[in-house]
Amino acid sequence: MTRTIDKENTKIAAAKKMRDIMTTYYLDALSASENNRQVAWITSGGPVEPLVAMDIIPVYPENHGAMIGSAKMGEDLCSKAEEMGYSTDLCAYARADIGCSVAKGGPIGGLPKPDMLICCNNICGTVLKWYEVQARYYGVPLFILDTPVCHTGFFPETAAYVKAQITEYIGFLETATRRKMDMDRMNQVGHLSLEGQKLWQQVLRTTAHKPSPMSAFDAFFFLALIVTLRGTTTAVDFYRELIAEMNDRIAKGISVVPDEQYRLLWDNLPVWHRLKWLSKKFSNHRACLVADTYTSAWCGAIQYIDPDNFLDSIAQAYTRIYLNIGIDQMADQVLDMIQFYDVNGLVMHSNRSCKPYSFGQMDIMRIVQKKAGIPVLMLEADMVDPRSFSESQMETRIDAFMEIILQRGATGRGGQ
Amino acid sequence: MIYAGIDIGSITAKAALIEDNRLLATHTVFTGYNPAAAGRQVFDELLMQTGISAGAVKKVVATGYGRASVEFAHKTLTEIICHGAGAHFLNTGVRGVIDVGGQDSKAILLDAQGHVENFAMNDKCAAGTGRFLEVMAQALQIPLDQMGEISLGAENPVKISSICTVFAESEVISMIARQKDRRDIAAGIHRSAALRVASLAGKIHLAPPVVMTGGVAKNKGMLQALEDYLGYGIKVGAVPQENGAVGAAVLAAGT
Repeated sequence: MTRTIDKENTKIAAAKKMRDIMTTYYLDALSASENNRQVAWITSGGPVEPLVAMDIIPVYPENHGAMIGSAKMGEDLCSKAEEMGYSTDLCAYARADIGCSVAKGGPIGGLPKPDMLICCNNICGTVLKWYEVQARYYGVPLFILDTPVCHTGFFPETAAYVKAQITEYIGFLETATRRKMDMDRMNQVGHLSLEGQKLWQQVLRTTAHKPSPMSAFDAFFFLALIVTLRGTTTAVDFYRELIAEMNDRIAKGISVVPDEQYRLLWDNLPVWHRLKWLSKKFSNHRACLVADTYTSAWCGAIQYIDPDNFLDSIAQAYTRIYLNIGIDQMADQVLDMIQFYDVNGLVMHSNRSCKPYSFGQMDIMRIVQKKAGIPVLMLEADMVDPRSFSESQMETRIDAFMEIILQRGATGRGGQ
Repeated sequence: MIYAGIDIGSITAKAALIEDNRLLATHTVFTGYNPAAAGRQVFDELLMQTGISAGAVKKVVATGYGRASVEFAHKTLTEIICHGAGAHFLNTGVRGVIDVGGQDSKAILLDAQGHVENFAMNDKCAAGTGRFLEVMAQALQIPLDQMGEISLGAENPVKISSICTVFAESEVISMIARQKDRRDIAAGIHRSAALRVASLAGKIHLAPPVVMTGGVAKNKGMLQALEDYLGYGIKVGAVPQENGAVGAAVLAAGT
């Protein structure tokens, strides 16, 4: 049966509100010094809640990197860093951020100057040197939170080591702000953070419905709030509305991909500069990328958070994130998602920029093929740098992958 | 019922006709700068050669990088699925295909029904493709179609360490300057290209029986180097270069 799809109806209304919230957030950050507020740059996986509790505005170079990628400004800014002597092998977020600091360019004219830098290495090792470079460039203090890899488990020594650093972190903030941390406020922010993460999880889980009311491409967009405004009522209120809209779409049978036939899982960061192209490419095959391992990382450690003992519990929660665990555990999570979202195939973005995310993908690919029996596609690209993207090669791989899924029949399952 | 497959590659355009599960004929022309015209030409010439009228062809499937430019095709499919179908059609027991064409090389894993289980392709790099060999043949000043034979006489194949085609060419030129034996250089070139292709096969755990397709399958030096790396024999059919077009015709019949 062919159904006429009203394009306006398939649009997600909350997107406008989200843009407004992000604009306000960046305006606040850019005018922070005029309002006697401090700005901290923080890595995407870093514990932001103490900053929010101390009324410091957190700014994310990685979120900015995603904006640079989406605005297709990655090549220019990365080239700028390369001119300065940085290798093309370095992460494009780092290159774009360093290039942007010097060029004062980018989609919002550069990030506000930081008063301090907070670097947590739970996502990668690159951030250490990247933040050291920026600390020297801006002449501001840097706090490093070292979260040991937990490839084989989480041990009491690790917990104690990270907990001690969380205490140092609070001390660092108190010195930087010359104020004492208000523990009641910290407690409140902790509750809001957990609530926000739970709501984000609910948003993502709405796509288990067939047809899916939104796609991973929408999740890549709506992710910004749980990253940047985690621990605030803004994020909590927004995600409540978004869930309501998703449930409404489900009730009305509105799908994001017209006539959804195939459901796919995405692995790794998005290709920010090609979101529209990729979304259209899969949509033309009537395939919906219903979920991804990337956006779900911001609700993947909920089980370790204790809202009544927040600061102690985040030592574990921030250490046991997706990129800091072992390949076997990552594969288990991917397998769980394959089952929960009932997907026909896995699309893996081998991301030239992100080594910790891309290293091990071949193993996960083999585990998935063996245990879930679904086809897996490996796409080689970069999240920000368009020079690592070849459209015709990408097209052939995606077309071939969809042909394989079609050849396998409705379920796409090979069955091993 | 007659079905046709058209494969527009970066260097050559191929066409194949099949009737009742039997390969009738194939034909190849250079693609040149106009893939649409090459598609038309290769099809028209094949029809003329076989005396079959266009009206007798029930369906046409186009494949290859220029597949979208074949306006008279009923459907387009990627070369991955077509090479798999072609190899299975010409040799039903085949479980793996190594296709090395002008601008890409790929390894394809097939199930018992000839369906593609998995594939791996070269990424944004010409090393390990026909284009790489073409550049090297030029540097060595030997005709491309003789390079395979020449390399078979090598006694001490040289080692080409560069991964990149452009740098590898400089390396070859410096070896010519040092008056290295041409046969040894040609063999070294094949080994270098074969290593890239073998790693694709390894990535998806290709296992015999494997066939090699694409224009480069006609190069005996490359075939031997690949067999050496992989440690098993590789079959080459009668029409390796046209295998993708044959597969396209097979899939035209199947849809």
